[in-house]
Amino acid sequence: MTAPTPLPRRRLRTALCAALLVLPLAACGGGDGDGGSDGANGQAGAEVTVLAAASLTDVLEEAAPLFEQAHDGVDLRFSFAGSQELAAQVREGLPADVLVTADTTTMADVADRTGEPVVVATNELTLVTASGNPEGVADLADLARDDLTVVLAAPEVPVGRYGEQVLADAGVEVAPASLETNVRSVLTKVALGEADAGIVYASDAASVGDRVTAVPLPAERNVLAEYPAAVLTEAPHPEAAADFVAWLGSAEAAELFTAAGFRVP
Amino acid sequence: MARGTPPVLLVPAAAAVLLLAVPLAGIVTRAPWGDLGERLASPRVSQALGLSLLVSGWALVLSLLLGIPLAWVLARGSLRGKALLRSLVLLPMVLPPTVAGVALLQGFGRAGLVGEELRMLGITLPFTTAGAVVAATFISMPFLVITLEGALTGLDIRYEEAAATMGAGTLQTLRYVTLPMVLPSLLAGAALTWARALGEFGATLTFAGNLPGVTQTLPLQVYLLMQEDPEGATAVSLLLLAVAGAVLFGLRGRWLGAFARRG
Repeated sequence: MTAPTPLPRRRLRTALCAALLVLPLAACGGGDGDGGSDGANGQAGAEVTVLAAASLTDVLEEAAPLFEQAHDGVDLRFSFAGSQELAAQVREGLPADVLVTADTTTMADVADRTGEPVVVATNELTLVTASGNPEGVADLADLARDDLTVVLAAPEVPVGRYGEQVLADAGVEVAPASLETNVRSVLTKVALGEADAGIVYASDAASVGDRVTAVPLPAERNVLAEYPAAVLTEAPHPEAAADFVAWLGSAEAAELFTAAGFRVP
Repeated sequence: MARGTPPVLLVPAAAAVLLLAVPLAGIVTRAPWGDLGERLASPRVSQALGLSLLVSGWALVLSLLLGIPLAWVLARGSLRGKALLRSLVLLPMVLPPTVAGVALLQGFGRAGLVGEELRMLGITLPFTTAGAVVAATFISMPFLVITLEGALTGLDIRYEEAAATMGAGTLQTLRYVTLPMVLPSLLAGAALTWARALGEFGATLTFAGNLPGVTQTLPLQVYLLMQEDPEGATAVSLLLLAVAGAVLFGLRGRWLGAFARRG
């Protein structure tokens, strides 16, 4: 028996590199196979990507298990951000199934990339202050006070636009300390005590409980924010996406929206 | 051995180059060249540019004032727990900048760890230009410290010993012998620090907020522009890309040199 010729070192190293390179590919192949067998259990194993306005974060995360339970094999994945940012992502062709924005204007901007939008919830604006309202903020006019640090949302996002409108209608001029890029950052800055007051959606104020105090705006000074949902025309899972949009308009979803401080149309 | 790169390495290496180059090429080719000058000269952009230069300039000054002594202590000081201290310095380089922003808020915010003390001194950082400077310094100073520490460690100690035998004190030696000898590394570190400060986004947005003329630096403006005017965002991105490219061209590999000497 002859001893095997030892591989030159360099070739051994090359072989190792090649093996390391191919390994993950093999693993990927296995994964695909698993996906296929999932699909064989009746319903397609669809991962439905939902782009949703930041103000919907809590309510949709709560809704997801209910919907998934009723729709076997459908997995919801959320990406929450300011509506404008989501619309920009849709325009750039980010693969997703459903878009839910916090205003009809933003949805209309991407009308060529969505199906017919349906308004699934509405929301109002409210003032928020640190817990217990230590600065005694009573109404919109107080936001003009020099001694208050006020944060608003940037006019690029819907809540910022609504806020601008409400302030303009009330004839109040505010010098904000910051124009935050989404409604959640406004809420966080107030909840952390970094800002004294801000304007957010009623549902956002409700979501953090005692960490902030909401000072409601009188109805005649308020605006009604509408949340339209639509299936994207390029949706990888159009059927499951349509199911989800339809479900958002159901009585079951309406209950969740109402409990979270939204209203339903 | 040095010649003849194995093909099995060439392919991933080429993929790596594409990964880095294609997005940059995207900015260059998609930039609105036609009205680039007009866009960059708009009041909104010039305001953000002015603020960016102010904030990154102050961040560099602070980094030099605080970072040079810290680098010296790390390289020459004989204190315990130096490894731990070095990790602390390195941390902002590997930390997600938004996490740095959260940390800054919890530390220096109005309601932060030392917020009350800062307020008594009359200092408010969140939502102020000073806050943007602190955020940029937090993120960028490590680049200066690490570059300079590498150079100081690699320096031949005999020059400083010679100065000492001739009666120079520690500070005199530092001023007239050590610093001139590490000047190239100091400049390289300073350029990187400034470039990183200029590009700071996450910590600034989280800690200092976003207000035109006060805290809205160029990177924040790019982010907001991307939501309503992608061409405008691309134009400003091109400006930042050109600045970053100019800094690297000016350095010509000194950053790598500084690291190689450490090894």
